[in-house]
Amino acid sequence: MRLVIKALASIMVLSAALLSPVVMADWAVNMPKGVTDISHKVYDMHMLAFWIMCVVAFGVFGAMTYSIIKHRKSKGVTPATFHESTAVEVVWTIIPFIILIVLALPAARTLIAQEDDSNSELTIKITGYQWKWQYEYPDSGVSFFSALAEESRQARVMGSGIDVNDVEHYLLDVDKPLVIPVDTKVRFLLTANDVIHSWWVPDFAIKKDAIPGFINTMWTHVNETGTYRGQCTELCGRDHGFMPVVVEVVEKSEFNQWLASQVEAKESGQQLAATN
Amino acid sequence: MNAALTDTDHHDDHHHGPAPGLMRWVTTTNHKDIGTLYLWFSLLMFFIGGFMALIIRTELFQPGLQVVDPHFFNQMTTMHALIMIFGVVMPAFVGLANWMVPIMIGAPDMALPRMNNWSFWILPFGFTMMLSTLFMDGGGPAGGWTLYPPLSLQGGDGFPFLIFSIHILGISSIMGAINIVATIMNLRAPGMTFMKMPLFVWTWFITAYLLIAVMPVLAGAVTMLLTDKFFGTAFFTAAGGGDPVMFQHIFWFFGHPEVYILILPSFGIVSEIIPTFSRKRLFGYASMVYATSSIALLSFIVWAHHMFTVGMPLSGELFFMFATMLIAVPTGVKVFNWVATMWRGAMTFETPMLFALGFVIMFTIGGFSGVMLALAPVDFQYHDTYFVVAHFHYVLVPGAIFGIIAAVYYWIPKWTGNMYDEKLGKIHFWVSTIFVNLLFFPMHFVGLAGMPRRIPDYAVQFADFNAIATIGAFGFGFSQIIFVVVLLKCVKGGEKATDQVWEGAEGLEWTLPSPAPYHSFTDQPEVK
Repeated sequence: MRLVIKALASIMVLSAALLSPVVMADWAVNMPKGVTDISHKVYDMHMLAFWIMCVVAFGVFGAMTYSIIKHRKSKGVTPATFHESTAVEVVWTIIPFIILIVLALPAARTLIAQEDDSNSELTIKITGYQWKWQYEYPDSGVSFFSALAEESRQARVMGSGIDVNDVEHYLLDVDKPLVIPVDTKVRFLLTANDVIHSWWVPDFAIKKDAIPGFINTMWTHVNETGTYRGQCTELCGRDHGFMPVVVEVVEKSEFNQWLASQVEAKESGQQLAATN
Repeated sequence: MNAALTDTDHHDDHHHGPAPGLMRWVTTTNHKDIGTLYLWFSLLMFFIGGFMALIIRTELFQPGLQVVDPHFFNQMTTMHALIMIFGVVMPAFVGLANWMVPIMIGAPDMALPRMNNWSFWILPFGFTMMLSTLFMDGGGPAGGWTLYPPLSLQGGDGFPFLIFSIHILGISSIMGAINIVATIMNLRAPGMTFMKMPLFVWTWFITAYLLIAVMPVLAGAVTMLLTDKFFGTAFFTAAGGGDPVMFQHIFWFFGHPEVYILILPSFGIVSEIIPTFSRKRLFGYASMVYATSSIALLSFIVWAHHMFTVGMPLSGELFFMFATMLIAVPTGVKVFNWVATMWRGAMTFETPMLFALGFVIMFTIGGFSGVMLALAPVDFQYHDTYFVVAHFHYVLVPGAIFGIIAAVYYWIPKWTGNMYDEKLGKIHFWVSTIFVNLLFFPMHFVGLAGMPRRIPDYAVQFADFNAIATIGAFGFGFSQIIFVVVLLKCVKGGEKATDQVWEGAEGLEWTLPSPAPYHSFTDQPEVK
């Protein structure tokens, strides 16, 4: 019953949402603007395409609606007999072409910027596994796995009795997040150990497949500190829906401290292993 | 004329009538019988594939796992796609082609009637085999209908059966396509020149070439998967020097023309229906033919837009982005032509027209999201999210499927000799349209907000729109029962249809009696 009420309420909110932009903001109906220069460019590109499509839709559907209202047999109209017009057909072939050029130019510019991974200051290697991520900092030798957080792991089991609404960041939290410094161009090298995975953080507007036998590159330059969440986006088997990506973006000094502590922990671990 | 000769004629008529009982359907080489078989088969598969969709939507009604295991969920998404593509849309189109292409071009039957029988009758066996994998050790295919290795190679005992069933479906499609090409090339009535052919015939002609070109490519790709798994080859296994991305290139070289195979005949159907109910000739016939041909040609050079995230070189990404955007031009021309056909016509809104108009509007919405997806830099955000799911379901459900339903309402009076229940038909349209939008429109929102596709469980912020989509799914699924009721009522009886059926209809099919006789055009018609 609660579900039915919720469902009916959802329908009402949906209809309200379509009318009111204020409500729409709460319902997350659009792409996030993100926190990198690239993600802002991508967002602008997305909105440009969206508004152009709206204008075209207004024209096409407007003409259709007008025609459906005015040109109906019940109004006693006699049908016209025209069935071609070279001039009109040439015009509506050229206009879409121009619209596409308006879209293609900024898209190409953004794409070129996205693919320029030169002059990076830090490199991180990401390896996809069924079903977790491995992060390596090759310059300092630090390496660790990042898997679904324990709380989500328990709640996701069928019949767990845990209300997933009570779990903070359900399915979007990991045991050990990736840590990167703010205001730094970070280059990611992606590969996979078993099947194809795909690493995505919507706020950075970067997504690339991690493919066994391949090393793909992508990069980001985050402008704001914070915790950013994403998910694996290439079907990778049973637990594809349960390998989130969490990135903590911290101040540079904090990052250096964190990295030093990781190196230290690793070395003491090695010593421990050696003495045994 | 003497008595003996009359007697022979009489005898001949009987000899060529349908065989009695069940064997009529097994041994038939009649294009109408085979068309009917294809259409009923497709309807059955529509409900099987739809049932799988409802399992998916039930699990996704709320966050958390409630109903199915994630592995079974993946089997459902994979099988739903395979069945809807190969078992519903393609057989329905072939069924419509079987019924209508010979009639529309003034031919007595299909050019290759025995092959026609075979191309239908291997289908039920192919799908039985495909569905049987669900009961095998390891379950059915769970790596997505795109079968990307290495994941698809992790399949259980069902894997070789899946590959073999895909081969069977491919053979069936190729035989159907060859038959349609042979029929259109050779059996047109005198005067039926290429540029006089109805657009449904034209779009199917082009579709048939696409099928012949790409189904062997799919067969090759899945055979390489098979040998990788069982015979020690390493086409796609990186550890053996193979290349997993090469599979994606081969697959989408088939896959992109395939998506046009799934839509072009619907373009043709809508181009028949809109002029009829606008009582005005189709606007820009020649440009429609050229637009369809350009879409088909372009479909061969855009495949990698399905894989912008695999790490292609920049030049490759730019090429595939520009080529993909170009498709918007001929597609736009088609939509403009439909609107111009309606413009200053005298429209009425019987059920086929309603579905055709629904097609134009909702297919165009799918086209808009298609243009957005073509933009590579933004596609990195859209790729493999529900935004993509919304896009291709808009072009396939209120697109391809609405086109098929429109065709059935449009031609069923000619098939059965009875008018369908107009009131129920209209209810079917409105209920379907409301629920299909409730089902697929919210998917745009969750996709943009960051929900990946093919996941059985999701973060709680996506819950509300998913609940709405599930309600839409059940509404849409159950409203198709209205369709079945309309069909059964119409087959059993109803108001007798005239030969003309629709006031504004033009074409050879309307010169035949309703129902169309078992053998049509024993005297060749002449087209002026």
